[in-house]
Amino acid sequence: MSLDTATVRRIASLARIRLEEPEVPRMQAELNGILGWIEQLQAVDTEGVEPMAGGGAVSLRMREDAVTDGGIPEQVLANAPDREGEYFGVPKVVE
Amino acid sequence: MSFTIEGATGPWEIVCGLEVHAQVTSNAKLFSGAATAFGAAPNSQVSFVDAGFPGMLPVINRECVAQAVRTGLGLKAQINLWSRFDRKNYFYADLPQGYQISQYAHPIVGTGAIEIELADGSTKTIGITRLHLEQDAGKSLHDQHPTKSFIDLNRSGVALMEIVSEPDMRSPEEAGAYLTKLRQILRYLGTCDGNMDEGSMRADVNVSVRKAGEAYRTRCEVKNVNSIRFVMQAVEAEARRQIEVWESGGSVDQETRLFDTGRGVTRSMRSKEDAHDYRYFPDPDLPPLVLEAEWVEGLKATLPELPDARRARYVAMGLSPYDAHVLTLEKETAAYFETVAQGRDAKVAANWVTGDLFAAINRTKTSIAEPPVPAEHLGALLDLLANKTLSGTLAKTVFEAMIETGKSPGAIVQERGLRQVTDTGAIERMVDQVLEANADKVAEYRAGKEKLFGFFVGQVMKAMQGKGNPALVNEVVKKKLG
Amino acid sequence: MHPTDFTLRGAIEALNEGLLTSVELTQAHLDAITALNPRLNAYVTVTAEQALAQAKASDARRAAGVAGPLEGVPLAIKDLFCTAGVRTTAGSRILDNFIPPYESTVSGNLLRDGAVFLGKVNLDEFAMGSSNTTSAFGPVENPWSRANDPDTRLVPGGSSGGSAAAVAARLALGATATDTGGSIRQPAAFCGIAGIKPTYGRCSRFGIVAFASSLDQAGPVARTVEDCAILLRSMAGFDPKDSTSADVPVPDFAAACARGVKGLRIGVPKEYRLEGTPPEIEALWEQGLAWLREQGAETVEISLPHTKYALPTYYIVAPAEASSNLARYDGVRFGRREKGADLKDLYERTRAAGFGAEVRRRIMIGTYVLSAGYYDAYYLKAQKIRALIKRDFDQAFANVDAIVTPATPSAAFGMDEKQDDPVTMYLNDVFTVTANLAGLPGLSVPSGLDAQGLPLGLQVIGRAFDEETVFAVGNAIEQAADFTALPRLRAGA
Ligand SMILES: [Mg+2]
Ligand SMILES: [Zn+2]
Repeated sequence: MSLDTATVRRIASLARIRLEEPEVPRMQAELNGILGWIEQLQAVDTEGVEPMAGGGAVSLRMREDAVTDGGIPEQVLANAPDREGEYFGVPKVVE
Repeated sequence: MSFTIEGATGPWEIVCGLEVHAQVTSNAKLFSGAATAFGAAPNSQVSFVDAGFPGMLPVINRECVAQAVRTGLGLKAQINLWSRFDRKNYFYADLPQGYQISQYAHPIVGTGAIEIELADGSTKTIGITRLHLEQDAGKSLHDQHPTKSFIDLNRSGVALMEIVSEPDMRSPEEAGAYLTKLRQILRYLGTCDGNMDEGSMRADVNVSVRKAGEAYRTRCEVKNVNSIRFVMQAVEAEARRQIEVWESGGSVDQETRLFDTGRGVTRSMRSKEDAHDYRYFPDPDLPPLVLEAEWVEGLKATLPELPDARRARYVAMGLSPYDAHVLTLEKETAAYFETVAQGRDAKVAANWVTGDLFAAINRTKTSIAEPPVPAEHLGALLDLLANKTLSGTLAKTVFEAMIETGKSPGAIVQERGLRQVTDTGAIERMVDQVLEANADKVAEYRAGKEKLFGFFVGQVMKAMQGKGNPALVNEVVKKKLG
Repeated sequence: MHPTDFTLRGAIEALNEGLLTSVELTQAHLDAITALNPRLNAYVTVTAEQALAQAKASDARRAAGVAGPLEGVPLAIKDLFCTAGVRTTAGSRILDNFIPPYESTVSGNLLRDGAVFLGKVNLDEFAMGSSNTTSAFGPVENPWSRANDPDTRLVPGGSSGGSAAAVAARLALGATATDTGGSIRQPAAFCGIAGIKPTYGRCSRFGIVAFASSLDQAGPVARTVEDCAILLRSMAGFDPKDSTSADVPVPDFAAACARGVKGLRIGVPKEYRLEGTPPEIEALWEQGLAWLREQGAETVEISLPHTKYALPTYYIVAPAEASSNLARYDGVRFGRREKGADLKDLYERTRAAGFGAEVRRRIMIGTYVLSAGYYDAYYLKAQKIRALIKRDFDQAFANVDAIVTPATPSAAFGMDEKQDDPVTMYLNDVFTVTANLAGLPGLSVPSGLDAQGLPLGLQVIGRAFDEETVFAVGNAIEQAADFTALPRLRAGA
């Protein structure tokens, strides 16, 4: 499975990383290098193997339904690059 | 008679399924300890987890899981003892983590069913495909600034149940009835408050159209419709749009649309252009959700009575199916009725609640949740009727006084001396006076003008300021007239 | 003896005996940082004032008789751990102005036990790298250099390159680090110090900037195995704020160091004999096994048949998780923001300018392997092979108590070497990555020098939550190796 330049652009867009046109071929070559190397996995017989997702516990621990957090708007907003009063500001979103 | 829309090429059938997002009733959020209350100051109910800060991790709220299980049980659905959280990846201004934690491949609840009632008295079963738990996103405000949107993360991380139906609905009415019934069940269970105007319930409406006997055609999803009426309108508007597209030789594209409530039409959603590759994968921060069968059984054992069961019980108590239906629509109404009917004649109680009380609610612009007369007071009024302290007429008078003053019927009867007169001697004296004063009419009556009977009774009641026991008054008038 | 020459345990004893104060010890380290950090670039942020205040408070606690287990010990904190009120960058431009209002659980545990924080140490950007050359704050230099080529600057390994270099150069008595594919063990080996990646779930991940959540584990680096054991005991422990944190007791790891290896069965995986491994590393491995046999252990050949697939598996799993974990760096709530014509443009410019080349590459790979149509072929396949790798270990540990392998396939390399092809760089982690995929503890022990005089490490892998045996084996190797060589660049030299 080799990536064409259109796919590289589509992936960059999905990942929200701006890719200038001259960067596309280099990124394409690097990704194809890595993917080519990964390709060896297709040789492994994984018939009937249960996929392993996480590294740890087999089941989720549940916490009690109590309000223990929040009420810290100043701290939540303190690092905002664009703070608009009590809100985070972003360029206007049109739906 | 099945519902169709008449197009230029003949009748079309609607195929509709709903994805309902219902906010889970809980104190804290699904994966953080921040509060969920509606209407708080912007960003005041936000933890660093909800804001997607570096290094923050989700920990699940047991009550949210319990609420999803209760809902699944209420929908007579399969409860999956093993489920899992996946990440749905997409970028959006009010999605702080850049992904929504949801249950894609392995939801907590599997297939179930809801029975809906239709206006013609028929019922229909709508299949439930699944119910899963997920986080809500924050809120974007677009009208605060000329060039900016403002982000409030109070909703971010609030637990939602996404309840997906089968494409079993065939008309706007069925879609409306489904949403009504689902909301009713959730509210009975106490798992979602059902406040659609506060956003506690929103529906994504999937609509396609087809000719009779055809396979499904392409569907469109109308996002985030926030009232039952709008859902019904959206189904019809979208169906009509699609019929027009098909009939003009075009084809419907699978897409996400919005319902413009002002114009009553759906329109394409531009911002979702490339959101369709969500790259779901198991959330590595969250091991699988494994439930104990006994825990689920415990939740099942404490499940409240649901609308269908309650309606059946009311019919068994002697109520008409219609009254049973009306009284169970809202669980507050049923609760009110039960208090009034407790230890009393159920039919009389039902008549008062559906008659005088509903009228009073309309007139005073109150609600069953904050009724003009407390259920206990209405019950006490019924007792005064039953033990003949009050006549039916007097009871109406007392009921009005209860609404005005907020006092108990006992107090009003006491204060105003409205106790009905059941003393036969007193009634006989009054009848004698009336007959004496109307000797001419007595003569006419005795000559055969029998319809004057009512006149005499009315005169006696008037003289007694309405307090005479009507049955006794009748009896005595009849006796005296011989 | 210079105060920076103490081992961590030695320093605690000296403090307890009143031979010096925490303020003196801390000041000596701050002076060493002032002298050497301009060259090594191990620290990104030095919190001298805060460190001295903490040291002073610590001395007061000790005087009051309420000393914690790490009372007054100056440490370096990898700049991936969020520290309340102190800038935390993850080695990235995208966070170069981020001041967390919260403390990571691990660093909080260290503070609870009396530690003093000297500052935040450098790392590969978002912990992605094996050379510490991808940091937005410039590369870290390994304090070691080749005997016959002292002018070639070497990498300290990565991603915990700042942690390892700081400890090796005596700019801290120990440091926190994290390991997703080898990021504790490889830099420890390159810098001639010890480092352990504990069992997945042993240390809380709360407050640690995530790279790949199912693989990331915090652990210590220090100059001795026992120092690592002392630090790990403080760092570890159940944390209800991390759903993957293990609710298991934390044993006295330092006590386990002295257990010895008599009667232990040590596995030697035949698949770790890779073609192209330098003969010195093969020889050191043989030597290590011989030392263990001399101390009463039995060595047995084992098979971990899926070993060769571990690294490509890792390069699906880790970038996939990273592509999602790093989506939150979007310029809206914290961190760097670039101007954009609209929101999408803002995201794309912010992330293009904020992330370095390696991070962008891994996000791209991760996005691709999760994307529609490729999930099964890449991500799901990798998860299944991960299960097979874990099964290999389960089967091996039915017969052996620990596994010993080389820590790295080479000694530290030059800053300009191995930079042109990503895959060549990735091969650094070939011996370490299996423990991450299986969630097992792995310890790197400095065991010898190569012909150039550069340190080499051996790795001990143990059963899940059996760090005690790992420490016992590591300590035995360390004792036999009697590793006394010192880097050229170090405080007090
Ligand atoms: Mg939907
Ligand atoms: Zn949803």
